Amino acid sequence: MATRDTDWDGVRLHVVTGKGGTGKTTVAGALALALAADGRKVLLMEVEGRQGIAQLFDVPPLPYAERRIAVGLGSQAHQGGDVFALVADPEAALTEYLEMFYSLRHAGTALAKMGVMDFATTIAPGLRDVLLTGKAAEAVRRKDDKRHRVYDAVVMDAPATGRIGRFLNVTSEVSDLARVGPIRGHADTVQKVIRSPETVVHFVTVLEEMPVQETLDGIAELRSLGGIRPGGIIVNMARPLALPPNQVQAAADGNLDQAQLALGLKLAGLDDSSGLAGPLAAELSAQAKTSLGQELQQERLDTTGQPCYQLPWLGGDIGLAGLYRLASALRQQKAA
Amino acid sequence: MAPRRPPKLDVDRLIADRRTRIIVCCGSGGVGKTTVAAAIGLRAAERGRHVVVLTVDPARRLAQSMGLTSLDNTPRPVPGLRLDDGLAQDGNGAESAGSLHAMMLDMKRTFDEIVEAHADPDRAAQILANPFYQSLSSSFAGTQEYMAMEKLGQLRRADEWDLIVVDTPPSRSALDFLDAPQRLSRFLDGRLLRLLTAPAKVGGRAYLRVLNAGFGVVTGILTKILGTAVLKDVQTFVTALDTMFGGFRERADYTYQLLRAPGTSFLVVAAPEDDALREASYFVERLDQERMPLAGLVLNRVQFVSAGQLSAARSLAAAEVLQAATGQQTRGAQQTHGGQRAQRRAGDESEDGARLLALAALRLHADRMDQAAAQRRTAEQFTAAHPLVPVTEVPAQAEDVHDLDGLRAIGQAFGTDAPADAA
Repeated sequence: MATRDTDWDGVRLHVVTGKGGTGKTTVAGALALALAADGRKVLLMEVEGRQGIAQLFDVPPLPYAERRIAVGLGSQAHQGGDVFALVADPEAALTEYLEMFYSLRHAGTALAKMGVMDFATTIAPGLRDVLLTGKAAEAVRRKDDKRHRVYDAVVMDAPATGRIGRFLNVTSEVSDLARVGPIRGHADTVQKVIRSPETVVHFVTVLEEMPVQETLDGIAELRSLGGIRPGGIIVNMARPLALPPNQVQAAADGNLDQAQLALGLKLAGLDDSSGLAGPLAAELSAQAKTSLGQELQQERLDTTGQPCYQLPWLGGDIGLAGLYRLASALRQQKAA
Repeated sequence: MAPRRPPKLDVDRLIADRRTRIIVCCGSGGVGKTTVAAAIGLRAAERGRHVVVLTVDPARRLAQSMGLTSLDNTPRPVPGLRLDDGLAQDGNGAESAGSLHAMMLDMKRTFDEIVEAHADPDRAAQILANPFYQSLSSSFAGTQEYMAMEKLGQLRRADEWDLIVVDTPPSRSALDFLDAPQRLSRFLDGRLLRLLTAPAKVGGRAYLRVLNAGFGVVTGILTKILGTAVLKDVQTFVTALDTMFGGFRERADYTYQLLRAPGTSFLVVAAPEDDALREASYFVERLDQERMPLAGLVLNRVQFVSAGQLSAARSLAAAEVLQAATGQQTRGAQQTHGGQRAQRRAGDESEDGARLLALAALRLHADRMDQAAAQRRTAEQFTAAHPLVPVTEVPAQAEDVHDLDGLRAIGQAFGTDAPADAA
């Protein structure tokens, strides 16, 4: 495999987490496009049954099957590779698992009828999680008949930051419940992939207190688990600052020179310049206050020592073109 | 034709009405539910109500703003209320000043307490030590919702407060909150659970035999996946829980009824974004089906513009004029590099500064106008589908709320004296 000098060379499983509302699914999609540059083949996987990938790529709801949904980010040198998508559903994963390991063809249906998945989800979410992470691990390790890996990378749109440690730490979650037995053996196999250098966990956040706090907590949690590597921090929906940095503090304090602003507006040809100066200064002041708060949050993120990437805010509905723009931004910053 | 404006949600009237005993703030995660709940609680207390705010997962600074430092499941008084204002505004002749308590939910402890209340000490100890109970009580996707409802029931029964404001758990979907308690009680009552407990009971085998033969297949498969040791743990656990089933169901039913009772009002909180408003729509429809009383929608974090009279287009056109002028100046400055630059008159310099400042202001303003317009279009998709649902808008705050003044600023939006919005 050619090295591309990115921050994550050699990583095959990119787990993407983030607090709700930070754009986790969008970033996972953009990352998959970016990783699929240069003719690479990437699997984008979703585990919460929300059909977020289908919405993002504007395709009909996806089944439990690997479907090609997009072409990767192209460059002058290369056509982009293929991005496949999979909606991993625990029930289907269980059925597949039973067929694969026990040749129990119809067992899954019987279990589903009995409400076993509901049961497992309720009493031991670890059991369900191991099926989902197991599917990702299988996709990462899968080889074709020439013994080449089928996918160059797998991107998982994972559960939210508050649940990520539990979700990935399946061995211990399951081993508390199952000290021996087949499910334990399966969990151990999955764990080898999750804890290998081929896996990292990226955190998506915005520069607000709660999402940043959850990112810090999530990174600390992964570190405490040992062996699960935190990856990059992707600061999403970053907005450009209107004022030059040296005027931000004054603006935040409400000390902008309104007379000067009025003069500028007059030079711009606005006839009601003096009336507009006050309200416009208030808008600058509000943004300055927000940006000072964001700076503090960025400093908190910097303390983690993890690489940070910035993705711009592209408006409400970013569309496919926007997704490729984000992919390109990730690639430029060597996140992929 | 301009779209019809929805009726204005009058939160002040809701909190002034003494018959309002419970306000449930719900909505999808990340929309500022907790902040809205806290702001309502504070405003109600400062207007003479005795309020307790039940929060589930507050931001640290927000918790600090209410004097909450630990998650300890106990309502704590919030210091720093402006009760004089409350008295002055209390139309009822101010029989007493209000008060505010706040608490953070400790879901595991709440669950433990239910177990302790419903089982004898030996059995309780057995349940609390079981690995499946520990998993269920700390990580079941619905446990937090169920325990929030349980806590609400407890607070209501305690009858120490005349208004309870509940912030619902930060679930992905607003509906989880309504469904989780039922799901848990359905689970505890389920067929599979009965099957699993059956062999452990006396006469269990006979019980099994009369049931569908499919059960045998299922236990066979479960044994194969989980191993016998795990299955035995599960059986011990569910058998231990067995005695508590009645209690669980009863409590779940009680809280569900409480949500329907007069005196309860739901506020759906949403940010002006597609996903959040889609969830809000589902929730509004669901509340209607369940005949639960919806007070209205709180549209949080709305982008307000101070200079609404200046359109985005005009703002950008003016910015272009300045851009062209500063561009020329920059090139000019480069050509006259060095000593000559220092000789430029002070007046030019101040004009340059004025242009740059105005340029920043105009670009920012255009951006904010665009964003406000986009938000309005998004919000109209909700109001078009639900024209009768009252709406109130809360402006986006420049900073995270970290003190009571921050909460009061949000509370201002609930007043009839709130500034007119930018629409």
